[in-house]
Amino acid sequence: MESDYVTIYVLGKKHKVPKDLTIMKAMEYAGHQFRRGAGCRGGFCGACATLYRRKGSYKLEGALACQKIVEDGMVIAQIPFSPAAKKTYRLEELKPSASTILEYYPEVSRCLSCNTCTKACPQDIMVMDYVQAALRGDLAKATELSFDCISCGLCAVRCPAEIVPYNVAQLARRLYARYIDGPAQQVLDRVEEVEKGVYDEEIERLKKASKEELAQLYNSREIDISE
Amino acid sequence: MSDYVSGYPDYMQESLRRVEETREERIGKRFPPMTPEERQRILEEYHPDWRMDQKRRLRVGPDKGLLMPHEVADILEAHSMVDPSAIDLGDVEFDVDVLVIGAGGAGLSAAILANDSGIPAENILIVQKLRMGDANSKMSQGGIQAADAPNDSPVLHFLDVMGGGHYYNDPELVEVLVKDGPEVIKWHEELGVLYDKLPDGSMQLAPGGGTCRRRMHSCKDYTGLEITRVLMDETVNREIGCVEFTAAVEFLKDEYGQVAGALLYDLDSDVYRVARAKSTILATGGFGRLHIQGYETTNHYGATGDGLVMAYRAGARLVHLDSTQFHPTGSAYPEQIVGQLCTEKLRGRGAQPVNADGELFVYPLETRDVEASAIIRECYGRGKGIKTPTGMMGVWLDTPLIDIINGEGTIEREFAAMLRNYSKFGIDIRREPMLVFPTLHYQNGGVKINVKGETGVPGLYAAGEVCGGVHGKNRLMGNSQLDLYVFGRRAGRAAAERAKKARVGKLTLEHVEAYERMLAAEGVETDRRSPILLPEYRGKRALEHHIKLV
Repeated sequence: MESDYVTIYVLGKKHKVPKDLTIMKAMEYAGHQFRRGAGCRGGFCGACATLYRRKGSYKLEGALACQKIVEDGMVIAQIPFSPAAKKTYRLEELKPSASTILEYYPEVSRCLSCNTCTKACPQDIMVMDYVQAALRGDLAKATELSFDCISCGLCAVRCPAEIVPYNVAQLARRLYARYIDGPAQQVLDRVEEVEKGVYDEEIERLKKASKEELAQLYNSREIDISE
Repeated sequence: MSDYVSGYPDYMQESLRRVEETREERIGKRFPPMTPEERQRILEEYHPDWRMDQKRRLRVGPDKGLLMPHEVADILEAHSMVDPSAIDLGDVEFDVDVLVIGAGGAGLSAAILANDSGIPAENILIVQKLRMGDANSKMSQGGIQAADAPNDSPVLHFLDVMGGGHYYNDPELVEVLVKDGPEVIKWHEELGVLYDKLPDGSMQLAPGGGTCRRRMHSCKDYTGLEITRVLMDETVNREIGCVEFTAAVEFLKDEYGQVAGALLYDLDSDVYRVARAKSTILATGGFGRLHIQGYETTNHYGATGDGLVMAYRAGARLVHLDSTQFHPTGSAYPEQIVGQLCTEKLRGRGAQPVNADGELFVYPLETRDVEASAIIRECYGRGKGIKTPTGMMGVWLDTPLIDIINGEGTIEREFAAMLRNYSKFGIDIRREPMLVFPTLHYQNGGVKINVKGETGVPGLYAAGEVCGGVHGKNRLMGNSQLDLYVFGRRAGRAAAERAKKARVGKLTLEHVEAYERMLAAEGVETDRRSPILLPEYRGKRALEHHIKLV
């Protein structure tokens, strides 16, 4: 039926596609074979950042092509790459502080608090808030607020202060994880035990066991998954 | 339900009501795990691996006779996409010590460890078919196993891996997997990976299917994303080169029979480029996008099994390719996300699989092959599935239990990705269950390696999903994430040591021509070419689902 289809414009070109498809599948239906602009196809990688404009609207909106359903009259352009700046550093030489953030990304101090980044985010992340947290040196907050970021690049493309929020967030999270959250003692203890060879003998015995012996041990092992 | 409008069609409401009515009495209810005999029976009756008409024996090469899915045999019994006579191997564009093919978890780990082992960044090259980090590694949600809990040990982990893999695993590989596990977590924490912790600073651990202890470390339900982006950041910081949108399509050898780099294909320009290397590490991932038996897949767009093809033509051996992992819980509805992963951690935190009548029908943490078989049986053997508008079957995964059992806010905190992805299609998984069916998830078998990541072909190393042996014929949740880093690191170290001594001779593609002669000698007549590099979804194929179930 005619009502089962919508019209979309991919880079200006008109296509009739079944409604209810994601932008990604609609583009494939229309004959595209993605090279750039498709990745995990499940909302985890940020490869398919897309700008679109709705019928009759002047507004540019952002979405992941794999997560957004096409609408009649939608005009679509993918932004599969953003020439954003990424500073290089040696994490082990840094201090977890606001000055580190400012040293590598001084442009965060130019944040206008306009919230355009947050509006552009297809993950509904409070981007401006984490940029502000990083600027204050509140690495815990910056980490928490930015954690679900998939670095699709849409915030950076839209930011009038030329900030690359996701690269700022990556630095903030690594600083927080290494220096503030820190290592779990149980991991360090177990590594030491393994290095001392504490488990070698038992594993050696299991490696030599017959399939029947192993199955017997496996089937009779105690299962303790209580908290 | 007050103001909440169900995200499911009207005709499913009756079944949803039964799920809701029975929820209270299912809390804390323990469905007995199957006996070893019951497990074997359900696998034989319902697991896709046991559909012998969906497999054939390979007709060519050193593993001639090896049983594998038709889709995998199709890419191995195929002509090279390259015409060796049209390539000028004298025009060497990249000349490095260590070439890493693939920039997922295994490849990035290998590159970093090669650098740590004394190979300068400028003498390491990563090539990647799509973008850096575009890999299944990044899509892992639920977690990574490592035996560091006080009541756990590498010995118990070893037993779980072997039993889960039905004892087909290579015990040497399993030993290093479980012993290196804690070291990998330590390395991640040093690099700035943020694992979920309890208030006292200890690891927050969850169980997985077939684990006898809580051993699953997680980063919310973005575990793979968090680890991969840190490794990417570290790789860029070290200024290790990565050429993106450039696929390796055949290995290059020299007159001594060593692998000495790879022939690359630039996806932007359709031009071939020559990369010469003293050591080459294959880390191209799996084959989910081959859609074995027509199954939908959780896999990345680039998971087309390229590495298997290249390695086999170069003389590497293959193992366990008869076994494929179907994840028990892929999305069955809504249509837009069919086949995508619903992490096993949902069950680890209390979600139950229930049928159309609201009955719990299986222990939620059986190993993946058994759990998947039980869901297929419920739909096709017992007629207790729910049919979607497109004719697919599924059962409910009762997620609201997670917040009831662990406290309100748990789903929002620990399953941000699942909550977000479903809410985009009008379903709130805190209030309504997910509709799920098994989905093609992982290549259990692959290229045979030893504990150093050596393939047996001099100069060629491999790590990650492209390899087989460590997981036997069924992988446990969280062990592929671990496998990436354990064997990626090992391959990186070993490749670096070799590169310090190795000398490379004159480059050749003679092995590709020899493979061509083998195909002819075995009477394989086909116009198929491989590696295929990209799956084909253009036109009507964008709408296809046809699982060859019944």
